Amino acid sequence: MTAKIKGISLFNDAFSDKRSTSSLGQMDDQNDPVNMILGLKALRKAAHDSATFQSGATPGRIVIPSEVAIRQTRQIPFEIDPPEHSGFRELLNPWFKRPLAAVYQVKLQQIIDQTIAHALEKDSVDIVAEFALPLQSKALSLLLNTSINKAQTWIDWGTHVFRSESSNLDADKANVLYNYIDAEIDKTMAKARPDDSATEDLYSVLLNAEVDGKKLTKEQVKGVMILTFAGGRDTVINAITNTIAYFSENINDLQRIANEPDIVNRAVEELLRYFSPLTQMGRVATEDTTVCEHAIKADSRVSLCWASANRDEKVFSHPNSVDFDRKVNPHVSFGFSHHNCLGATHARQILRQLVLTLANKVADIKVVSADEDIEQLGEFSRKVGFNHLVVSLSAK
Amino acid sequence: MAKVIFVTQNNGSVEVEGDSGSLMELAVANGVAGIDGDCGGVCSCATCHIYVDPADFVTIGSAEEVEADMLELDDQVTEYSRLCCQIEVSEQIDGMTFVVAN
Repeated sequence: MTAKIKGISLFNDAFSDKRSTSSLGQMDDQNDPVNMILGLKALRKAAHDSATFQSGATPGRIVIPSEVAIRQTRQIPFEIDPPEHSGFRELLNPWFKRPLAAVYQVKLQQIIDQTIAHALEKDSVDIVAEFALPLQSKALSLLLNTSINKAQTWIDWGTHVFRSESSNLDADKANVLYNYIDAEIDKTMAKARPDDSATEDLYSVLLNAEVDGKKLTKEQVKGVMILTFAGGRDTVINAITNTIAYFSENINDLQRIANEPDIVNRAVEELLRYFSPLTQMGRVATEDTTVCEHAIKADSRVSLCWASANRDEKVFSHPNSVDFDRKVNPHVSFGFSHHNCLGATHARQILRQLVLTLANKVADIKVVSADEDIEQLGEFSRKVGFNHLVVSLSAK
Repeated sequence: MAKVIFVTQNNGSVEVEGDSGSLMELAVANGVAGIDGDCGGVCSCATCHIYVDPADFVTIGSAEEVEADMLELDDQVTEYSRLCCQIEVSEQIDGMTFVVAN
């Protein structure tokens, strides 16, 4: 990949041409082809129809690229369908809404302030490895309600949980995560139940919890934890990095947020729509069916292509422009329906506080070097983020 | 200034008042259970679903297309459903009662 300095804030719509002639795209993935649903309305309909388009297939199969070869543990609640899904979701929702609490936001602000201060002290900083990854990992310690000291281990794993330089699906790297989670569960089980519920971390909450009258098994706890670690890693790193990339070429928009902090929610939602940090998520058809009059065979895969739906010109006016005045913005960057992103509250809180703090503390962002992360999905080439993005930040 | 009442699914009743912003923002600011407003009010998350009293529905008005599309796939939808991020707080809604859907 060649270095590119100008135009780094642009994220082209990789699916535009195809969407103008067909409602479905196609790609192969490890000999398990995928029909990609490109339009917003058809995507939402399929996402809601969990009986026909299931998540509870072989573990790893709904992920693209498929993780069937490297994972046997079912991610929970993500790879379970209603009605079984509901009990797990009800258990987890309150925990994953904790980012709305003031005490959580104060701690998150400390992490964000330190991350920005560190970047301002240096002549230049790789936003991916030295900013987004540490920020994501330290913020994860809040989501788990565990010691921030554990974040260094997660940072040392690198940007991707399953991906190495040699492979998009590195089983050895995945096993590092699985073994770590096994060990953490064992450690928690060995400890007495804490007297003070405020000291409970997510492991202990899950190990003590019941769903539909049954205690969670160790394998189920592991399934929740894998989802928590893997689901919010590349996605949050991409969202943070792409946000910095955007403001590097649109510094007036950052200044506008400093002047009008009330628009920050709208701004973050619009950036999320524009970037679509996760390109797509799969489902498996439970029967012969159709999507927009195209035949879909039983036991074949479809994908809900969030990135395409977020640029659907039938729904969004000027879809390829970032518009902080977009007041109605029904994007699907956090998915849709039963399986909408469990970590969305956490991710939104990080981005809102990050953008506000950047607006108040940073005067300019100059790109030193950049290497774009381009996904190759059949005929589609899509920029999803950066492998590195070296910038120099100037303080206000 | 508008005073409105939210009735929550656990049968709680919360009277709140405001004079600007959206009904979702007013509910969130007052901690009304079942109104999350995750997306901040851009009609992306459907976590601010309410039922309008049938007698007030003409005054409030029907959902626009984007909002209607969101509600269409909500399992709790009724003909009196609205996403309250799309309802402005004004004197027009003074005295109304809204039932929280979730």
